[in-house]
Order: sequence, then C-alpha cells, then structure tokens
Amino acid sequence: MTEVQIQAPPAARRIDALAAIMRYSTLAALILLILFNVFFTKNFVSWRVLDVNLTQVAAIVIVGVGMTLVIATGGIDLSVGSLMAISGAIAPIIFLNKVFYVGEIHVAVALAMIGGILLAGAFGWFNGWLITRFRIQPIIATLVLFIAGRGIAQVMTNGSLQPFKLDTFQWIGLGRLFAPANASPGDFHGVPDQVVIMLVLVAAAAWMLKRSLFGRQILAIGGNERAARLAGVPVAQVKRWVYCISGLCAGLAGLVVIAINSSSDANQVGLGMELDAIAAVAVGGTLLSGGRATITGTLIGALIIQLVRYTMLANGVPDDVAKLAKAALIVAAVWLQSQGRA
Amino acid sequence: MKKTSVVAFLASQGVLIALALLILFGWLRYDNFLGLFNISTVLRYNSMFALVALGMTFVIMTGGIDLSVGATAAMSSVVAALLSPYGMLVGTLGGVFAGLCVGVINGFVIVRLRILPFIATLAAMLAANGTGLLLAKDESVSVSYESGFTDLGQGDILNIPIPALIAAALYIVGSIVLNLTSTGRTVLAIGGNEDASRMMGLPVNRIKFLVYVASGALSGLAGVILASQFGAGQPIEGVGWELFAIASVVVGGTLLTGGLGSVGATLAGVMLLGLIFNVLNFENGMGFISLSAYWQSVVRGVFLLIVVILQSQLTGRAERAETR
Repeated sequence: MTEVQIQAPPAARRIDALAAIMRYSTLAALILLILFNVFFTKNFVSWRVLDVNLTQVAAIVIVGVGMTLVIATGGIDLSVGSLMAISGAIAPIIFLNKVFYVGEIHVAVALAMIGGILLAGAFGWFNGWLITRFRIQPIIATLVLFIAGRGIAQVMTNGSLQPFKLDTFQWIGLGRLFAPANASPGDFHGVPDQVVIMLVLVAAAAWMLKRSLFGRQILAIGGNERAARLAGVPVAQVKRWVYCISGLCAGLAGLVVIAINSSSDANQVGLGMELDAIAAVAVGGTLLSGGRATITGTLIGALIIQLVRYTMLANGVPDDVAKLAKAALIVAAVWLQSQGRA
Repeated sequence: MKKTSVVAFLASQGVLIALALLILFGWLRYDNFLGLFNISTVLRYNSMFALVALGMTFVIMTGGIDLSVGATAAMSSVVAALLSPYGMLVGTLGGVFAGLCVGVINGFVIVRLRILPFIATLAAMLAANGTGLLLAKDESVSVSYESGFTDLGQGDILNIPIPALIAAALYIVGSIVLNLTSTGRTVLAIGGNEDASRMMGLPVNRIKFLVYVASGALSGLAGVILASQFGAGQPIEGVGWELFAIASVVVGGTLLTGGLGSVGATLAGVMLLGLIFNVLNFENGMGFISLSAYWQSVVRGVFLLIVVILQSQLTGRAERAETR
C-alpha cells in the first residue's frame, strides 16, 4: 500500500483563507452591532429582546437557506414569497376540513403541514424543470410562479382571510421548547419552536453543503457549469433538487408565518420575502454569481439586517430611514466582498 | 446572424398575433369592447406601465435589469404631488427629476462600483421606497386640484388620453434611438457581448449609465402620471411593477440575455398583459362565469410561461442551426 498525499494547491488555500476572512468579517460586523446595542440601547440585554429578534428572523432564515443553495448554483428564486402564500393557503383548508373531513385533528394537522410543504416543494420542482428542460434563465422561470403563485393562493382561498385558533398546529409559530413551568414576564420563556427549526435547518444545510457529494456538486455547478457537466455532475438533476429544496423551505416558512398570525391571508403571506432572503444571502457573503456559498453566513446576514432595523427602531429612528440603511448595507456588503476578491 | 433575426421577427410577430387575436375575441364577444370609453380607460391606465416597460426594455437589452422602477414611480408620485401646487410643469419636472436621481445612483453603483444590476437596483428599490414614505409621512399625499396638475393624467386631446399620447411619443423616440442612432446600436452590442464591445472601443460605461438614468426618469414620469391620474401621491403603490414590466418586455420577445429586442414589441406586450385583465372584467360582466380578479395573475403567469417556453424553443432551434 502506498500512501498518497494530496495537498491543496497554494492558490486554493489562499481563496479559502480569503473566504474565512470574509466569513469572520460578517461575524465581526454582527458582534460590533450587538456591542453597540449593549452600550447604547436601553434594556437591550434581556430575554425579551433576544426572543423578539429571533422570532422575527426565523422565517427569513428558513427561506434564506433554500435561497443560498439556489444562488450557489448561480441561479435565483423569485417565487419563494408566492410559494409561502400557497403553502399558507392550503394548510388551513386541510385542517379546517374545508375539502374533506378528517376526524382526528392530529392527523388533519399532519396532513395539512405535509401537504403545504410538499405542494410548495412540487412548485419548486416545477421551477427547476423549467430552468433545466427549457434552459430558461432562473430569474424569468421563477418570475412565472412569482406572478401566478400568489394568484393560485388567492384563488384557493378566494382572497379571504382564514382565521383559526388551533394549538395542535400553531406550535410551529407560537410553541416553545424548554419552557419553565412558571416564569414571570421578562424571564427566560423557553426557545421558540421556529427558532429551533431554523437552527436545525441551518446546521443540516451547512453540513450538506460542506461535506456531502450533493453539496459539492451544487458548488461545482455554480463555479463553472460546463466544467461540472463535463466532469460528470448530473447538472439538471442537481438543479431540480435545489429548486425543489428552496420550495420546501418556502413552504415551511409559510406555515410558520400563518401560525404566528393565527390566520392565513393569501394577499400578505410572504410578500417581499424573496428580497429579504436574497439580501440576507448577499450580506452573508455568498457569491451572487454562484460557486461559493455559506449557510451560516446567510444566518448571520439575516441577523445583521434584522438587528440594524431593531437598533434603529429602538433608538427612535423611523422605519423609512431604516430601509435606507438596509439598502446602503446591502450595497456596502456586496461591494466589500468584490474588493476582497479583486 | 440571419437565423437570430428570423427568431426575433417570429417572437415579435408572435406577440402582435396574440394581441390581435385577443382584440378580435373581445370585439366579437363583448359589446362596447372597442367603445371609446373602454379604449380610453385601458390606454390611460396602461400608459404608466408602458413608460416603465420602455425604460426596462433598454436596460434588459444591455443585459441588465432594473428592479427599482416600481418604488421609484411611487416615490416620484409623492414628489409630484408635493410640488403640484406650483403648477403642472413644476410637478412634472420634479417627479421626473426624482426618478432621474434614482437612475443616476443605479448607474453609478452598477458602472463604478461594479455591483450586479440585480442587487444594485434591489437596494435602490428599498431606498426609493423608504424615501417615498419619508417624504409622504407614511400616508398618501393629495395633489392640488387648482393648479391644473391633474389635467396631465385625466385630460384628453381629441378624445385621446394625454398619458397615452405621452407614452406614444416616447415610444417613437425610443424606437428611433434604438434603430437609427449609434447609441441604440451600442446598447444592443453591449447586450450581445460586453467584453467585445469594450474592446471595440464602444463607450460601454457611458451607455450603461445612460440606460439606468433613462429607466429612472421614465419611472419618474410614470409616477407623475400616477399622481395626476388618481389625484394623490401614493408611496406604497408600484409594488410588483418591476415584474410586470419585465414580463411585458419578455412577452414582447426581447431576450433577457440582452443583445436583441424591439421597442414596439414591448408596447404590444404591455397591451397584451393589460388587456387580459380587461377581457376578464368583460367576461365576468357577461354573467356566465364569475372569475375573481385573482385569476388575472394566474392567467398572466400562464401567458408568460407559454411565451418563455416558445421563446426558448425558437432560440434553441436557431442556435442548433447555427452550430450545425
């Protein structure tokens, strides 16, 4: 047996180092932001503030995980907000027994959740099919469902609000893990369920992207699609799965949002989500042209955007100005990354 | 080269044929479909989208994209409404100037900072939205009815709505610029191959900058018409306009990769997507079916789907024929 040692060429190592610096620079920005708040924002260090921010960011991160994978292949998914609306519309239709009667409520809720997520996943698969079968650019292929998807959700519900109050379902947006039995307000109230889901999803996707064959194939396609195809990567298949996963993530996020609201409004669920998710991915340090992606970066990016907004609101800056800050933040982050590469 | 122009011809004729069929269908099926009232209502309302789509056509022909048009139009409608007491001219110029500023920022960020158009204009969309809300103090701003500002959006000349006349004039200008000037050829050259255009010594940066400025100014004008037509500057209007405009451009046969396109076909695309809504309204009026307004986005999406699939089949065939 001879031992073969494979050493990474120095060029690759330098790129890795750069990527690491970029990753830590977004993390450093987040830490700076937190430190600023600790000193200047009143009552910042409290369970309630942590709770509010994490709860608000969870849906964006869940969608952002799928979006990161899509962007890693060099694509984009504009349909995520509409898919959230579809999943959010179909789930209450099932568990409120509007189509067919399901006696046992747990079965109905399980059906509703699986149905909502799978339906969104199926539409995501459709996106991938359009992109790979007809070679349509991702931005246009997903524009179709961006326009039609919300219409489908509105047609399903006739545009009306579906209110509900059902703990069996709403744990996904309102439930808490490790909640102490009798906590007074301001104490630790447990971890919101959607935050747990978000963290599990981030961990699984980060592992997948780094360590699994599928993850490497995704990055190979984004880096150079032709080369990947010549190297034997099943490009079309990988892409279809990636858009399917993005759809599944959107479906899940749709359920979280309607659970928080105790109602499903097809006109509102997921509106503008595609932009929030893309912004989180961009700020997080994923290369928008594909080939280099970081899931934890997306989590950090979403946290930074959320915290900037919170910081401004908590310090009395109006929301409209916070939007300007967010815009500047996105441009600055992407510009800095391009400087790091040059 | 010849093959691709055949494709462009087919694609641009495709939208005209579809438009003609839809108008024929409406004319045969509904009374008053081609009545003066309906025609002028449709033209008046859709001229805003036509203006936005005109700018988008040029941006897309360079291979870029402008996501900020809707938010820019909304912000400009606020600016125009705030300036409307000083007269129609001041209000109009103010609104157009506000849009122009957004275009300048877009052009600067894309050309100088070399940030992808997608992300740059996404940020501009947020910024314009925030600025519009800030100027309007989070509510819609009523325009002045004494200064004659509303004539711009509500008036007619020879029974033709003024916004439609403005749009028609600008489409003619756009068509001339694209087909008869070096600027137009450069726009198409950049979309065809940016690096090659640069090496040929074409003023790539200047033209790219200009198309975003034009897109911003046209969105600003659309915002002015919005304010004067509905009597208020509306900071939260314009949501989804960018995608409607992109869809019109694509339906019109302009290739999203740039390098190919026609201004007139975009206009046909706008009219087609706008008339779908109109036909749905008439169909509901007949009483046989009752499709809610929500169906319009489904129908629009399906239309877009059919067009892009056809387009990809046509261009695919041309590419295969070229490489053979």
